[in-house]
Amino acid sequence: MVRHKFVSYDPDKCVGCRVCEYVCSLEKEKVFNPTLSRIRTLRIYPNTNASIACRLCEDAPCVIACPRKALEQSKENGVIMIDDDKCDGCGWCIEACDFGAIALMPDKKTVVICDLCDGDPKCVKWCPEEALELSSKDIIAQKARIDAVQKLTKAAAEAKT
Amino acid sequence: MHAYTGKILHVDLADGKTKVKSFDEAFAKAYIGGTGFGIKTLIDNQPPGIDPFDPANPLIYAVGAVSGTMVPCAASKFGVFAKSPETNLLGEAYSTGRWGAELRMAGYDILVIKGKSEKPVYLWIDDESVQLMDASHLWGKYTWETEEIIRKDLGDQYVRVSTIGPGGERLVRVACLINDRFRAAGRTGLGAVMGSKNLKAVAVRGAHSIAVAEPDRLQKMCEDLYERAKGPATSKYRDMGTAANVLTLNSQAAMPTRNYQSATFEGAETVSGEYLKEHYVVKIQGCSACPMRCEHIAVVPEGQYEGATARVEYEPTMAFGPYCGVDRLDAVIKSIELCDLYGIDAISTGIIVGFGMECYEKGLIDGKQTGGLELEFGNHEAMVKMVEKIGLRQEVGDILAEGVKRAAERIGQGSEEFAMHIKGLEMTGYDVRGLKTCALGYAVSRRGADHQRHGSYGPDLAGKVDRFKAEKGRGKIVMSDEDNYCIFDSMILCKFSRGIWKGFDEIASVYTAVTGIPMAGEELLMAGERMSNLARLYNMREGLTRKDDNLPPRVMKLPIPDGVAKGSLVTQEDLDILLDDYYEARGWTPDGVPKKNKLKELGLEEYANITALKKKKAEVA
Repeated sequence: MVRHKFVSYDPDKCVGCRVCEYVCSLEKEKVFNPTLSRIRTLRIYPNTNASIACRLCEDAPCVIACPRKALEQSKENGVIMIDDDKCDGCGWCIEACDFGAIALMPDKKTVVICDLCDGDPKCVKWCPEEALELSSKDIIAQKARIDAVQKLTKAAAEAKT
Repeated sequence: MHAYTGKILHVDLADGKTKVKSFDEAFAKAYIGGTGFGIKTLIDNQPPGIDPFDPANPLIYAVGAVSGTMVPCAASKFGVFAKSPETNLLGEAYSTGRWGAELRMAGYDILVIKGKSEKPVYLWIDDESVQLMDASHLWGKYTWETEEIIRKDLGDQYVRVSTIGPGGERLVRVACLINDRFRAAGRTGLGAVMGSKNLKAVAVRGAHSIAVAEPDRLQKMCEDLYERAKGPATSKYRDMGTAANVLTLNSQAAMPTRNYQSATFEGAETVSGEYLKEHYVVKIQGCSACPMRCEHIAVVPEGQYEGATARVEYEPTMAFGPYCGVDRLDAVIKSIELCDLYGIDAISTGIIVGFGMECYEKGLIDGKQTGGLELEFGNHEAMVKMVEKIGLRQEVGDILAEGVKRAAERIGQGSEEFAMHIKGLEMTGYDVRGLKTCALGYAVSRRGADHQRHGSYGPDLAGKVDRFKAEKGRGKIVMSDEDNYCIFDSMILCKFSRGIWKGFDEIASVYTAVTGIPMAGEELLMAGERMSNLARLYNMREGLTRKDDNLPPRVMKLPIPDGVAKGSLVTQEDLDILLDDYYEARGWTPDGVPKKNKLKELGLEEYANITALKKKKAEVA
């Protein structure tokens, strides 16, 4: 699971432009409507911006919460798959998700979750700030380590001079 | 017809009744959206000649043709319209952020608010559900608090709010509407119109989808447009933002300084875009569906204004910097923050404070009237405090809150000579004495002193024309600039993105991909001309004549004393050459009245009676 890729956002780069929501709803529903998007943005004033999609949790709480066994996590890529016939839109998965990454479709009355567009997420492709990335938890940790070590090395070099 | 909702929501605040009317494809094609929808709806819904604070003055919101789609830098633009309490003519202002797309997704392209509520209320539009909500707990609150409280009350973080602050409640004539925290429909006093209706805010939440006619073709076009929007055409706005203009205009001696007493500012360096970026900008954000992003959020890190937070653009920086002789960005940021909180237009407010400073220095107002403030040029503390006094109408702030035109009428003693306004609206950040094409643009601008209806400083500053010369040919330039801007303001495309478009055929093509309505560049241009002429007819109906197409006395009497434009001014002879040329280019009479065949050409015959009436009046006189 550590190698399963999901869409992560960089809070320093995200500007809250919502382009991800526009392209997601167009890709999945053929219309523009942020409320139908699988990735959702949030701005907390004055300047905190976020863009959140499914994080492919281990032992995903949404799957556990579903009383109708409509959700199943793919062993192959970690994506949460939804059986529309079983889902009745009760919303327990929405409550179980700590990230608010599940949306209920108002017309179909079933939930939707990011499916990574078959490995080529449109939101990542379109993000004007390159704030979105298709990445896995171990790669994200690697990057954090590299950043931390570079900062330390730089600080040590500065202390010497 | 795709993307257009085809719906106009009418709300009467007196009895709380709402009505949904519809518009058809012919209306959409003729008036496009935004400014076209706004002017048309205003002229058709406002009883002629009324006072702007009359409950019958409709407060109109209109979204653009491509609102709520991924077309770059356009999703959330909207315009607001009413008869202006500053000019008694066309009031119009534009904003962006997230509010506009929300109105369309709620199912409406146009919102018309009429009447006056007995008690303070706010309007809550939740798709088909439209309610007037008690706003007694919001009256007196700052704009930022109001937005947050409404979200909390309604329990929905995604509700978008367009609101007035204490300034609009007190009918400050330069009051504006603030939405999405940092965005303003700033000019012409529309916040005062909302306040006069006992209306505090319009809150919107929309869940409807916007289906465009050709999604695949649109996406394909957007791929290219997004790349251009991320490229060199917009780098100025992404990097330093419009504040980059400070040093540019200063070096061109086009920087309004100390109430137009000079055109260069010795302290420009420390109020420049460069200085702002290095010391104050903490984040650059984007509006809905914007691949460019320009919203420079500045925070003062230390000192007496520590924590002051504002979105900073060139115009307010000019107004609270050079215009007031202040060379400190921390005080500028604080002043802009206060304008946003009180809901008063930061451009006009800065110009008013600068006017007050000259009055004080000339002894026309005294320390008693200013509440002890030494309101001198360069006194940043007095400037900041005076912004609050205007927002609250305290002491001389009560007079200044009327705008410089009316304030000068009250103060008298020759202050009219340096009251910097056109048609009642305060000047903006281009010293037009040495920019003759721009001077014409300002003189004829339909909403009063303004650079945003034409952008005619462009050819002057780029050296495409002799900036110091008034000559034939400028009329055509200004006319074309105005009509082009009408297209931008009706689609509504962000003007910061104007450099990414290859031409009006491309814009027309996007229009068709979105709406499914056939459109050619030529037709769009004609629609732009139609809007310009309809605005003229509206203004004429409300009393405008050729003599209102003028410039402030100081622009025509006091030559620029310094810099590369030294000695420049616009004489009456200059202005007459420019006006005659402009009217002729427009197909108007020498009195500035659209001719009958022009109206016919543009499909505006139904308004011919306005011009006939004018002619009759002129004959009687």
